[in-house]
Amino acid sequence: MRGTFIRTLEKMAKADKNIFLLTADLGYKLFDNFRDNYPDRFVNVGVAESNMIGVAAGLALSGKNVYCYSMVPFLTMRTFEQIRVDLCYHNLGVKLVGVGGGLVYGLEGMTHQAIEDISIMRSLPNMTVTAPGDPAEVECLIEESVRYKGPLYIRLGKDRDPVVHETAPDFKIGRGIVLKRGKKAVLFAAGNVLPAAKAAVEALEENGLSITLVSMHTIKPIDKKLVIECARRTKAVFTVEEHSLIGGLGSAVAEIIAESGEKVIFRRIALPDAYSKYMGSSGYLRKKYGLTPQAIANRITKELKKK
Amino acid sequence: MGKDDIKKLEETAKKIRRSIVETLSSAKAGHTGGSLSVTDILTVLYFKEMKIDPSRPDWEDRDRFVLSKGHASCGLYCALVERGYFAKDLLSTFDRTDGCLQGHPDMHKTPGVDMSTGSLGQGLSVGAGMAAGARLLKKSFRVFVVLGDGEVQEGQVWEAAMYAGHNKLDNLTAIIDYNKLQLASRVQDAIDLEPLADKFRAFKWNVIGADGHSIESLCKAFEKARKNKGRPSVIIADTVKGKGISFAENKVEWHVRVPKGDEIAKALDELK
Ligand SMILES: Cc1ncc(C[n+]2csc(CCOP(=O)(O)OP(=O)(O)O)c2C)c(N)n1
Repeated sequence: MRGTFIRTLEKMAKADKNIFLLTADLGYKLFDNFRDNYPDRFVNVGVAESNMIGVAAGLALSGKNVYCYSMVPFLTMRTFEQIRVDLCYHNLGVKLVGVGGGLVYGLEGMTHQAIEDISIMRSLPNMTVTAPGDPAEVECLIEESVRYKGPLYIRLGKDRDPVVHETAPDFKIGRGIVLKRGKKAVLFAAGNVLPAAKAAVEALEENGLSITLVSMHTIKPIDKKLVIECARRTKAVFTVEEHSLIGGLGSAVAEIIAESGEKVIFRRIALPDAYSKYMGSSGYLRKKYGLTPQAIANRITKELKKK
Repeated sequence: MGKDDIKKLEETAKKIRRSIVETLSSAKAGHTGGSLSVTDILTVLYFKEMKIDPSRPDWEDRDRFVLSKGHASCGLYCALVERGYFAKDLLSTFDRTDGCLQGHPDMHKTPGVDMSTGSLGQGLSVGAGMAAGARLLKKSFRVFVVLGDGEVQEGQVWEAAMYAGHNKLDNLTAIIDYNKLQLASRVQDAIDLEPLADKFRAFKWNVIGADGHSIESLCKAFEKARKNKGRPSVIIADTVKGKGISFAENKVEWHVRVPKGDEIAKALDELK
């Protein structure tokens, strides 16, 4: 996803001289082209994320369209209050692009894993929170982001994220994408778990369970209409994300379901409210925490049997 | 320190460097440049300066060590092995699933690690707190914190520096691994730190310069820090990123790149 991000941003920066890119010493080589083509619009601000956000706010107040890049925890958590006061309060259109959402940096340990970011960013007034599900969604999102008003958080995977959409998706910030319609249940997925969600739905289909699959790339503002419509049609709602149970996609959908009065089965498939006690790659951790296609499919089957 | 003692420590540093190369190349991951630049510093700390007991990693009177630049974990693990904290076999599990030697040091997973790190800029504050704690407990243990030069760009480092200077924490020693490179560029091309010594002096620190690859120079620097009273000490150690492998030295690329193929034998040969 990060490769798609920078290629798309380069394309947009060619047409729009206002686009600035700040990095807090991340992305070795990744930004070489951007820096060579637009040396005056690229800054490595050093290992100093909080300062980066303040500087971005100042540049935005001077009419610049600023993208800030770092790893998710350093971009969203080290800097939380600067984001709150300097960006959100003024509704400044600074874009926060974080690499390594969820368990991508599994083996690096908890400092590099990001399981709370969606929750934290979602709590901020004016903030838009996105977690694209594949490189195709990243491309659409970056294109749309250029004209987007207000602070925007973009949670990326890393590289080698598989493509889910074979053709250009019908993408709009704030609107979920229905990948497949089914009758028995709906599965909402956010972020780089989308390929696993898709594989799970395909496996369920083979076993005779037809499930609606939605890429909920925007967690805030959430696509309320789509959530209610899908809940009404299927009577069973599942969410899946590589994020803590608390405050992410599952919580956002739960809030809508609870207030809608719809009587449905509702289950969140997510990471527990705990730092990983295991050490391992993201693949291994996904196994341990039930986020593989198999585990997702099993969970849905089991819950539907209870009905 | 006699010539023989210095020679011995140099041999130890070389062994640690070899372990680093073997461990990183077998894991196919990790941080080469920053582990090799900090090796001599770790050697002097673990084999000369620190009051520690590898058989009792939780001994309450031990000196404390915080690797604030946590990405150099491989260097730390290899030093801990050499010092006898755990068996060398474990190095083959570095950065591997189900292991206990994580990409960044975790005090809940690895014996001998006093503080979990990996998010840059936080270690000096924790070290200052440990030093303040020692004082409150009327304990004589000392605290050592190693920082990267890129890391020193974090604002929190300077909050910690101000706190430690103000509180005259002379049981605290910071060591800056001044290898002039960071993740994506030279330090001076991102945010220049100079004049670094003057900055720390202005923050009420005792500033000591050292050649970070001379055992003798480092030993002298630590001795000065030990004898200094009334101020925290910082050793600004001039180092070379990737030190010991000619083709990795001073190259930004080797921040996360690890030796592979022919490079492994070549690197080990240079470290004979
Ligand atoms: C808060 C934070 N921001 C960013 C990173 C990613 N990162 C890891 S190492 C590094 C560069 C560090 O440079 P330096 O401190 O000079 O280390 P050295 O060159 O000695 O390896 C960066 C930016 C991080 N680990 N923590």
